[in-house]
Amino acid sequence: MIPAQFDYAAPATLDEALSLLAERPDDAKILAGGHSLIPAMKLRLAQPALLIDIGRVKDLSYIREEGGQIRIGAMTTHYQLESSERLREICPLLPECAASIGDVQVRNKGTIGGSLAHADPAADWPAAIISLRAELVAVSSRGERVIAADDFFVDMLTTALRPDEVLREIRINAPGGRTGQAYMKVHHPASGFAVVGVAVSLTLGADGKCSAAGVGITGVATKAYRAAQVEGALVGSTPDEQTTASAASHAADGVDANGDIYASADYRRHLAVVYARRAIAEAVAKIK
Amino acid sequence: MARYVGQRVKRTEDPRLIKGLAHYVDDIRLPDTLHVAFVRSIYAHARINGVDAGEALKAPGVVAIFTGKDVSEKIGPVPCASALPELKVPDHRVLATDKVYFVGHPIAAVVAADAYAARDAAELLMIDYEELPAVVNAEEAAQGGAVIHEQFGSNVAYKLTAGEGDIVAALASADRRIKQRIINQRLAPVAMEPRGVLARYLPGEQELTVWSSTQIPHLLRTQLALMIGIPENKLRVITPEVGGGFGSKLNVYAEEALLGWISMQLGRPAKWIETRRENMQATIHGRGQVGEIEIGCKADGTVTGLRYNVVADLGAYHQLLTPAIPTLTGLMLSGAYKIPAIQINVTGVFTNKMATDAYRGAGRPEATYVVERAIDLVAAELGLDPVAVRRRNFPAPEEFPFKTATGLFYDSGNYEGALAKALENAGYERLREEQRAAREQGRIVGIGVSTYVEICALGPSQAMPAGGWESATVRIEPTGTVTVLTGASPHGQGQETSFAQLAADELGVDMGDVTVVHGDTAIVQYGIGTFGSRATAVGGTAVFVAIEKLKEKASKIAAHMLGTDAVNVVFAEGVFSIKETKKAAAAAGDGKAADADSDEVPEPVVPVGEGPAGALPEPETEGRKKVSIQEVALAAHLARELPPDTEPGLSATYFFEPKNFTFPFGTHIAVVEIDRETGEVKFQRYVAVDDCGRVINPMLVDGQVQGGIVQSIGQALYEEVVYDEQGQLITGTLMDYAVPRAKMIPWFELDRTETPTDVNPLGVKGVGEAGTIGATPAIVNAVVDALSPFGVRHIDMPIRPEAVWRIINSSDE
Amino acid sequence: MKKAVQINVNGTTRETEVEPRLLLVHYLRDVLGLTGTHVGCETSLCGACTVTVDGQAVKSCTMFAVQADGSNITTIEGLAHDGELHPVQEGFWERHGLQCGYCTPGMIMAAAQLLERNHAPTREEIRHGLEGNLCRCTGYQHIVEAVEYASKAVNREP
Repeated sequence: MIPAQFDYAAPATLDEALSLLAERPDDAKILAGGHSLIPAMKLRLAQPALLIDIGRVKDLSYIREEGGQIRIGAMTTHYQLESSERLREICPLLPECAASIGDVQVRNKGTIGGSLAHADPAADWPAAIISLRAELVAVSSRGERVIAADDFFVDMLTTALRPDEVLREIRINAPGGRTGQAYMKVHHPASGFAVVGVAVSLTLGADGKCSAAGVGITGVATKAYRAAQVEGALVGSTPDEQTTASAASHAADGVDANGDIYASADYRRHLAVVYARRAIAEAVAKIK
Repeated sequence: MARYVGQRVKRTEDPRLIKGLAHYVDDIRLPDTLHVAFVRSIYAHARINGVDAGEALKAPGVVAIFTGKDVSEKIGPVPCASALPELKVPDHRVLATDKVYFVGHPIAAVVAADAYAARDAAELLMIDYEELPAVVNAEEAAQGGAVIHEQFGSNVAYKLTAGEGDIVAALASADRRIKQRIINQRLAPVAMEPRGVLARYLPGEQELTVWSSTQIPHLLRTQLALMIGIPENKLRVITPEVGGGFGSKLNVYAEEALLGWISMQLGRPAKWIETRRENMQATIHGRGQVGEIEIGCKADGTVTGLRYNVVADLGAYHQLLTPAIPTLTGLMLSGAYKIPAIQINVTGVFTNKMATDAYRGAGRPEATYVVERAIDLVAAELGLDPVAVRRRNFPAPEEFPFKTATGLFYDSGNYEGALAKALENAGYERLREEQRAAREQGRIVGIGVSTYVEICALGPSQAMPAGGWESATVRIEPTGTVTVLTGASPHGQGQETSFAQLAADELGVDMGDVTVVHGDTAIVQYGIGTFGSRATAVGGTAVFVAIEKLKEKASKIAAHMLGTDAVNVVFAEGVFSIKETKKAAAAAGDGKAADADSDEVPEPVVPVGEGPAGALPEPETEGRKKVSIQEVALAAHLARELPPDTEPGLSATYFFEPKNFTFPFGTHIAVVEIDRETGEVKFQRYVAVDDCGRVINPMLVDGQVQGGIVQSIGQALYEEVVYDEQGQLITGTLMDYAVPRAKMIPWFELDRTETPTDVNPLGVKGVGEAGTIGATPAIVNAVVDALSPFGVRHIDMPIRPEAVWRIINSSDE
Repeated sequence: MKKAVQINVNGTTRETEVEPRLLLVHYLRDVLGLTGTHVGCETSLCGACTVTVDGQAVKSCTMFAVQADGSNITTIEGLAHDGELHPVQEGFWERHGLQCGYCTPGMIMAAAQLLERNHAPTREEIRHGLEGNLCRCTGYQHIVEAVEYASKAVNREP
């Protein structure tokens, strides 16, 4: 219940935070919403020597539209995303995914950036971010770089962020045309994390055929992944019941799935297929 | 008519609780308090070659560190109150010395200036472990292999056979015999408030006060006095607000004794608040039975005999009632049925885990699950409706008191009445039709019925390890307010309210003028505590009889005040009056006497804050025909004009010894639908009719039933304490152990029948555990019913979706 | 090592020096003596410690006091106004929404947030809105009814 001691800094600017991090990249940790880090610290599973609280850095919490993209500040809370009317219009997957995270209190405080940077294999955001082919903006005192969502998640609790980097922004190309989206999830009965979570963003062309598809899956493996075979089977086809089912059947192809007392690897793979089909069907159903 | 009893009276406990102004143990602040953190075993089974506290002792704020070697000779063993023949009882010291026996076994207590410093120092303690093979599977442990307590030569703590009737002949004569392996998995009680202890020793007065989150303050005081070696009359146990117990605080724990002892050693208050991880590791678990049932029946569904062979996973040590829990299972194996021959064969086995003990229901949910599953197995075997099989085996209302083959006398019951009402409320026939239609559409729908009976109001003292009675003192203070002291120790059940309802009605006073006091051994006479659905049936009866005694005395004083004999005085609605005519007397018996000339009754209470300072005024009784009970109380305390040979004061104490248990019953019906693709179970309906005898506060009864059902849902679908092969606790936090949440729960459609008992004058039976006992099999029966087209007759709990999916996936309908 | 924080709790601003690792819940309970906020787990799952920080319900066990520097906090002790119970408190009393009372302060704070955002929630919405709070006693049904009661009371207010 009681974390180990640490030094604490609450810089007012990102530059300040980055230079602090650059000084102690090995034993410092960035504190965002704290909803992954603080529980780990209370169980003393994490014992950072320095905590850099970016909660006071200005302009890290926003939802903007810029250059045809949706730009989300890393410190934007799940609740801000869940309750954004604008996002509900232009990219409903984001509020839908946000609403399925944890509980009200967690969503009020937890942030999208914190969740992504923590890279819990059962977290919800990675599925959405992958399905939307988001870009993640990492910044360090050395400068800024953009990481594709597909490259961002490296392994369990491991991202492509370098020790001196902070995730600053998430960029999403606003889906155009006739797009439908859905996030469907099996909640773990205790933790509320995703046993399996499937995010789908699917666009139809004028001919009624799928012109673009993004399918991200979390909870199944050590990291969230893109179900590329599912996407491939969807693009160019008419997503009717049969096509959807046959596309979804590839949701866990070649995936080394996790097993635990709640759900074995086989069952997780099965759930991935079922939920992929359901999420695709729901996404299609939502297309106006 | 009763003004309060039987009404949905709002709780008097609530204002302090909803404002955040109540005090649980951790909310009590004493100056100079030291804080204790425990170092606990990270292994299930290991030898301790050494404990190095050197670094930890140097940590800032550390005052002392105690290890097993420091205390094993100073503090007596953790008690086990269960006395079974040839029971093996390991020496259970408050801290481990040479060996540790389960993950969470306390090894050292670190005492520091604050909780943060104590935790920091605890991290610095170095333990030299030598890991030993862990004994995890109880069935295997019974067969041989590594032995936990070497002095016993095996892991079998006891074997016990119970039951009456010739079971061999009964099974042999049956038309059909059905066997089924059946598991009641280990559960964690998870009271929302973890345990906590605050101890303060006053060296001058040589008095120790222990605040503990417990269900049994007096029993705890006795045991702690023995363990620590302090005179019992110098030890005071206070249970402030207790944040749930469910049996997990019906115990005497190592930490309670240690904290008291530490405060005595250091002469300062010492506090320990359990973390949730410690709670999962080192607070008792419940259930933990692996067994096989064999049931014999006639072709018409009549049950001829039931045998239950069971291995009970006791854990590493006996806590207070550990070995006794399976014996309660044995007692309740007749369920709501006439079963001529019953036998239970228990093998209690040590394992490298935390002890199992009383978790809500304590042995009876296990029995009810066994019986109710067995009845459904009979129905499935014979192709009969499960309701018909139940009816076939019910005793009729006129057969009560009904003797079972487990040696019990059921007090009263109308099982058909509750069943019929539940079937009607659920629309059972229609549900079956809907089920048929749903199946034709390919849906998987199931209806589960459980007609349970449970054993409550624990109990007659012969059947209890440390007394089965309960006590009450009722007194009316000089200013007219009423104080009720109860030996029961409620912790959420609401007896501050229900006992006040009872006292207010019986004394004819406002409920607001009644205060119910409990949970302080310095204030309240010895009592037993709150568990076993006993607080109202046994403790409430003690209150009721104490009031009768008090009124008897008050009546004498009133008669004296009115210048007549007690036989001429009647009491109604708080007023003693002289009987005038036979007609008036008859009216008084109906409780209507005071109405006729109520304006004659003077203001009864001495108004606090408005009364004259100093000497209290004697009630003016000259020429009056009525006096209020408050005036009588004042006169009794002023004691200037009492009848001859009358003790001053107005107080009565009663210790009620029940002559039997009570046997509440009911019918629970669950309707579930299963997601064919994922195996997920969803509730469609939940209907229950419970009969707990006479009801004092229906709102509180509903609350008890609803809470109980949700713990059943937990056992049926979600909860399981899981240790891996090394004895590591996999479900050590609420991230892994699934306590049901609001969104997992259906809307409960509750109803009642009311069959009073003659075991106590109130006619109440108790309801604290009914939901947890009756609901589990209804839910499992519903799931099995749903899956019956797949050839399924049984499925083990918790019913995880994967198991259901595997059944659907691997079978042909 | 210690950091100065200025936090307004239930309308009163206090300045204190705290260790950075001091959890907000411990600040409220141990520094300010506001013991109505409870601790029921270590993993941010039980919700017993729920308070509002700048109007947002949060779990005060999953936040350091230093993060709350400059914030306005309401705890269960600050929910009633001028001796008048908050409608949710009233609902819990009226509908027997509590038994042991340990989860209750957090449950009430979460329910108050729910009603702030949704004046007339359905039963399903109430259950969903309270998914961050565990109760082991009531079975939740009376809690749902308590929130329904409160929602009607809120909507009656001018």
